[in-house]
Amino acid sequence: MIIENTKESTSKLSSLKDLNDFRKKIISEQSINEIEIIICHGTGCIANGSEDVTKAIKEALIAKDTKAKVISKVKTTGCNGFCSRGPLVVIQPHGIFYQKVLPDDADEIIERTIIHQEPITRLLYDEPKTGETILKEKEIPFYKLQNRVVLQNIGKIDPTNINDTIAIGGYHALAKAILSMTPDEVICEIEKSELRGRGGAGFPTGKKWRSALHAIEKGKSGYVVVNGDEGDPGAFMDRTIMEGDPHAVLEGLIIGAYALGAKEGFFYVRAEYPLAIHHLEIAMDQARKLGLLGKNILNTGFSFEARINRGAGAFVCGESTALVLSIEGKRGMPKAAPRPRTTEIGLFDKPTLLNNVKTFAYVPQIINRGGNWFASVGTEGSKGTAVFALTGMVNNCGLIEVPMGLTIREIIYDIGGGIFDNKIFKAVQIGGPSGGCLSANFLDTPVDYDSLKAAGSMMGSGGMVVMDETTCMVDVARYFLDFTRKESCGQCTLCKLGTKQMLNILEDIVDGEGQSGDIDLLIEIGEAVNAGSLCGLGQSAANPVLTTIKYFKEEYEAHINEKCCPALACKKLISYRIIDAKCGGCTICAKACPVNAITGEKKLVHVLDQSKCIRCGVCFEKCPKKYRAVECIPGHLSEGDN
Amino acid sequence: MMDERLEKILPRYEGKYFELIPVLQEVQQEFGYLPEPEMREVAKFVGVVESKVYAVATFYEQFKFSPQGRNKIVVCMGTACHLKASQRIMNELERKLYVKPGETTADMEFTYNAVNCVGACALAPVVVINDKYHPSMSVKKINKKLEELDKERINSKE
Repeated sequence: MIIENTKESTSKLSSLKDLNDFRKKIISEQSINEIEIIICHGTGCIANGSEDVTKAIKEALIAKDTKAKVISKVKTTGCNGFCSRGPLVVIQPHGIFYQKVLPDDADEIIERTIIHQEPITRLLYDEPKTGETILKEKEIPFYKLQNRVVLQNIGKIDPTNINDTIAIGGYHALAKAILSMTPDEVICEIEKSELRGRGGAGFPTGKKWRSALHAIEKGKSGYVVVNGDEGDPGAFMDRTIMEGDPHAVLEGLIIGAYALGAKEGFFYVRAEYPLAIHHLEIAMDQARKLGLLGKNILNTGFSFEARINRGAGAFVCGESTALVLSIEGKRGMPKAAPRPRTTEIGLFDKPTLLNNVKTFAYVPQIINRGGNWFASVGTEGSKGTAVFALTGMVNNCGLIEVPMGLTIREIIYDIGGGIFDNKIFKAVQIGGPSGGCLSANFLDTPVDYDSLKAAGSMMGSGGMVVMDETTCMVDVARYFLDFTRKESCGQCTLCKLGTKQMLNILEDIVDGEGQSGDIDLLIEIGEAVNAGSLCGLGQSAANPVLTTIKYFKEEYEAHINEKCCPALACKKLISYRIIDAKCGGCTICAKACPVNAITGEKKLVHVLDQSKCIRCGVCFEKCPKKYRAVECIPGHLSEGDN
Repeated sequence: MMDERLEKILPRYEGKYFELIPVLQEVQQEFGYLPEPEMREVAKFVGVVESKVYAVATFYEQFKFSPQGRNKIVVCMGTACHLKASQRIMNELERKLYVKPGETTADMEFTYNAVNCVGACALAPVVVINDKYHPSMSVKKINKKLEELDKERINSKE
């Protein structure tokens, strides 16, 4: 809504003074007493209906007296992080945090909170552990224990309005870099920060920039590319940043281009992220209008243009050489080693600097606050903060940012609020299909590049999926193998065929047809796949299998030797049955059963015919909570059992 | 003769090789899939042999080679969704629609697919129906959605 107050400036900014004056003008036009009703429009909250909430609140504002209209305005933002509690509404400047808001709550929010300044207890957050009702966002443990650096603006700014970004200091780093720093000084600052690439491998960013600079100086031109091909299942950090603070990524990219003398840049973004692409397009357009992108940026003579390439659904294109080929319009198959680095020969055979979305988004803050500031956070080998998508069987799902070195336990239990439904923690999967599953013994492992690698997992790009006692680790290994097998580009025999063979063995095991010797065979093939593949996908494809064998061997053995799935997850190794004493005779399960395996009249005990049952679990899901008469048991019941 | 929809798309590009994927993406957006005659035209336009266009298109999961159903159902099979039994939803769709993932029902009403991850893991399991995200789905809820979509079809025919 700021747009309505401040006329969008079409004149280009041509100095630091211009930028500062423009910023002052935006701030002065936001009246001091104004209340902001901030509604999260992240993908999670939108799916939970936040667009309807916004509409209802806007309508309620119009319907109410003029006072509410004068003192408040509605702002929609990117993902606030606490996705499992959406739709989220925050009332600023007080910081009142409302969760699970419905359109029907709109009138009351305006009447009570905006006009009469009183909180609505029903919408506040109750801390499950203590039962305490918490009024303000920053006091909620989920937020309190975080250290938001790269996420600091998300949930506060309207990502489609550059004025919002500039009001809180956006593009100041760009102005500082190109007006008062030499390219070498910019790179020195990045080196000082000891920032490591946030795409997963953790290559020192400063070193990468330095080597790209040397190559570009030699070849006289080159490119800068943002890797937004976030393909890891269970990860949405880059998406959130591109959607919620696109200007930070763009600013980082322009600073990178300035440091290296690149004239052209690319955003490579997954096609599955249309909102991220849309917000980046808007951001680029707005920056261009203000003279922050395009020809003669800030009247310095430095020109840089960027464009967006949409990925087309190939996971392997997250790999640098494959991504470059994809932008060139080719099949994204990683190039064979030994080969020159992308920083030397990359896009269109020119030196190319390729960094992850988060890596670029850190850059403006490192320039503004100094490399030493960044290096003061974190651990010896891993500086700064880490962004994780915390999901799975944990109470507080969402996006978090923590200092490197926090333990897995602190993340899952203090920020994540522990395991969902009071179940028992079993494992945490970090690093996506290339990472590993760590058991409870690793809960006190600090989260940083080196500690996770030593434990057999990896930092990855930031997916952290929590698993509980209902998760079958063999099935998880099978799941990831199925993923990598499908995504294997096919040029390395061991990757393409090895993953297929491993998948066959794992499928046999979860189907109860595993044989003794299967575990050793899996390890043998797994090690061969990792050793005999060209790119990161193949070299780490077996990790989920190898780590689950290492830490959860007893589950494999139970499947193979006892034909039993301890987690009651593998369909072929479980049965459903109706407990006579509990059955209320409601016929719901009988009607729902897709294969008519359940018979029973109203008010009479129902019977499940095991010979017909396909173990789809629909009866288990549909049996009303007051009965809970359907039970899942280990072993395969046969005809006649019930 | 070139389809007039394609005639509108091509002039927006220079005909360079590196534009191949964006052009195909736009063709798919317009046609719903990549029809063979259009792929041939695109090959001419960017100046490569037809097999090359086909090779690139088949490499990327996003491209479809047959018409898609009126309703597009995408079941997220990301890790978090997998843990929360998204496979059950896939099984239920197969049972209800009598087609395999990626296929379209004979009446051209439904196409359903599994995707790696839609990046909305906190809402697992997620199903995207006609570009709208549906959180915390279950077998029960997907059935209800199918019924709703079917009713819409009947109503629109009336």
